[in-house]
Amino acid sequence: MPHLLTRSLDRSAAIFLIVVAAVGVLLPLSNLLLPADSMFQVPTYLIALFGKYVCYALLALSIDLIWGYCGILSLGHGAFFALGGYAMGMYLMRQIGSRSVYGNPILPDFMVFLNYKALPWYWYGFDHFWFAALMVLVVPGLLAFGFGWLAFRSRVTGVYLSIITQAMTYALLLAFFRNDFGFGGNNGLTDFKDILGFNVQAQGTRAALFTLSCLALAVGFLICRAIVTSKLGKVLIAVRDAESRTRFLGYRVESYKLFVFTVSACMAGVAGALYVPQVGIINPGEFAPGNSIEAVIWVAVGGRGTLVGAALGAVVVNYAKTVFTSGPLAPYWLFMLGALFVLVTLLLPKGIVGTFQAWWAPWRAQRMAAIPVPDDKDTAAAKPHMAE
Amino acid sequence: METRTTSAMLYLDGVHVSFDGFHAINNLSLTIAPGEMRAIIGPNGAGKTTMMDIITGKTKPDEGDVLFDGSIDLTRLDETKIAELGIGRKFQKPTVFESQTIEDNLLLALNVDHRVRGTLFWKETKSESEQIQRVLETIRLQDSRDRLAGNLSHGQKQWLEIGMLLAQDPKLLLVDEPVAGMTDVETYQTAELLKEINKEKTVVVVEHDMTFVRELGVRVTCLHEGSVLAEGTLDQVSSNERVIEVYLGR
Repeated sequence: MPHLLTRSLDRSAAIFLIVVAAVGVLLPLSNLLLPADSMFQVPTYLIALFGKYVCYALLALSIDLIWGYCGILSLGHGAFFALGGYAMGMYLMRQIGSRSVYGNPILPDFMVFLNYKALPWYWYGFDHFWFAALMVLVVPGLLAFGFGWLAFRSRVTGVYLSIITQAMTYALLLAFFRNDFGFGGNNGLTDFKDILGFNVQAQGTRAALFTLSCLALAVGFLICRAIVTSKLGKVLIAVRDAESRTRFLGYRVESYKLFVFTVSACMAGVAGALYVPQVGIINPGEFAPGNSIEAVIWVAVGGRGTLVGAALGAVVVNYAKTVFTSGPLAPYWLFMLGALFVLVTLLLPKGIVGTFQAWWAPWRAQRMAAIPVPDDKDTAAAKPHMAE
Repeated sequence: METRTTSAMLYLDGVHVSFDGFHAINNLSLTIAPGEMRAIIGPNGAGKTTMMDIITGKTKPDEGDVLFDGSIDLTRLDETKIAELGIGRKFQKPTVFESQTIEDNLLLALNVDHRVRGTLFWKETKSESEQIQRVLETIRLQDSRDRLAGNLSHGQKQWLEIGMLLAQDPKLLLVDEPVAGMTDVETYQTAELLKEINKEKTVVVVEHDMTFVRELGVRVTCLHEGSVLAEGTLDQVSSNERVIEVYLGR
């Protein structure tokens, strides 16, 4: 086990983790401890906004793990994100209790409104946080496992796989829209009050959720790094680059795909679960095929197959989205997003981080070559040379 | 040399495959003895690559028997299972993992635990690194072990792929056009390499290059329209009227 961790920490991974840790600690501290009129105080609305970005970054990581390293282009990863979100939303709904508009201690408002007499069986257990937290992993994980088992075993690959992942998320969108499906239909789940006894709107809770999101991002990153730097990671890249070759070497390719696809779906579920209490709502719109495609664009912009790039891409693109959609350019955002994707594909096929690495690697190699590496045998020999 | 069916390393009998009515393989019967090296020649479309696809599980025959090691029915197994049984394959177009180093290419090919858990918690052992070192020396790439496979020359890629087969340590090697695009020197060296490999393993080579086949000096089978046209020494086969007519040309 320990070798998995030590192997996964190279320089850029360490920098990434330090940045995430610093952001995850300093922003909430500044929000909570500094006076509101201080210029260094991060307002609470920004904490919530950045918290959303961090959840998106985790979703992007999960996509990069399968797309960047194993060549599985899922255009339906938003579904796993939304399912994790719904699992958390169900817990939050059960916490409202008799404080709801209709005041029913058991049934959420929408069920009272729709004349439900009792809680549907699939809502059982969601009044316990541990159960909801487990479902956040289990539901997306099981769906991904079942879906992947069928798709990978039948050797559905490439664009066909992408299309059926779109169909999957679209089917879920339609299902969750239905009132009789039991998840609040069109309106989804909202009006949350408490999480683990803390008010979800409170400044302290928001700060804590932000820190937890950063922690989840860091853990997700470490899991991805451990996977891609192991021999399994080499097999994944082999599958991505030459699938049948890998098969003829005796690897059961579908098992590998199934493994990363399931891990990735669980990560997306966690991201969704952390997202919901921070935005205060989950509705079927999260299953929209466009959401999943947008998430893939973040990864492409940041640089696929780099992990760090995926997280960076999610933050950069979403920041741009926030800026543009709150200004006069708002109606044109989707055009800009589309143009961004086309431009990145044409001009920066490796994305921001990939391009940076491609520039930096030769420069660094040169610099390393210029500095004589101190070696106990020839330090003395190197000295006169350096004096020249 | 006649061998009993049961003792054959590879035994094909009455194999038929058709794709949309085209008979790619037509009543093909072939027996390869353990330790033998066999060269397969024949014009384009004779079914040489399809034959390899059948043996490695990529294509299922419509009828006929394909037995490995005397008793294992290959028609019921998939690529992964067949590779695990000990059949290695080199593709016509050199297929290596271009974005990974030569060392990693060989590491991936090693005949060790190929299950998900095994590879996730894998740690390189001394015997594995020694085995990789031996293969690197055999294929003369020991100085470029850290280079990306995609940066190799065409000939070097062919050799790396043969090296991957060696690392896989199969009982039977199927080698599809190993010297395509090689210089004369490389062709000669490849023949030497295959002869060396044949000391321990059974080898089936598909090749068009007659100089190379002569260099190998082994029994030759000529395929035509999906079945065996002639079999024997290269001289016997190349003096066969039909072979001259359909393949060698007058």
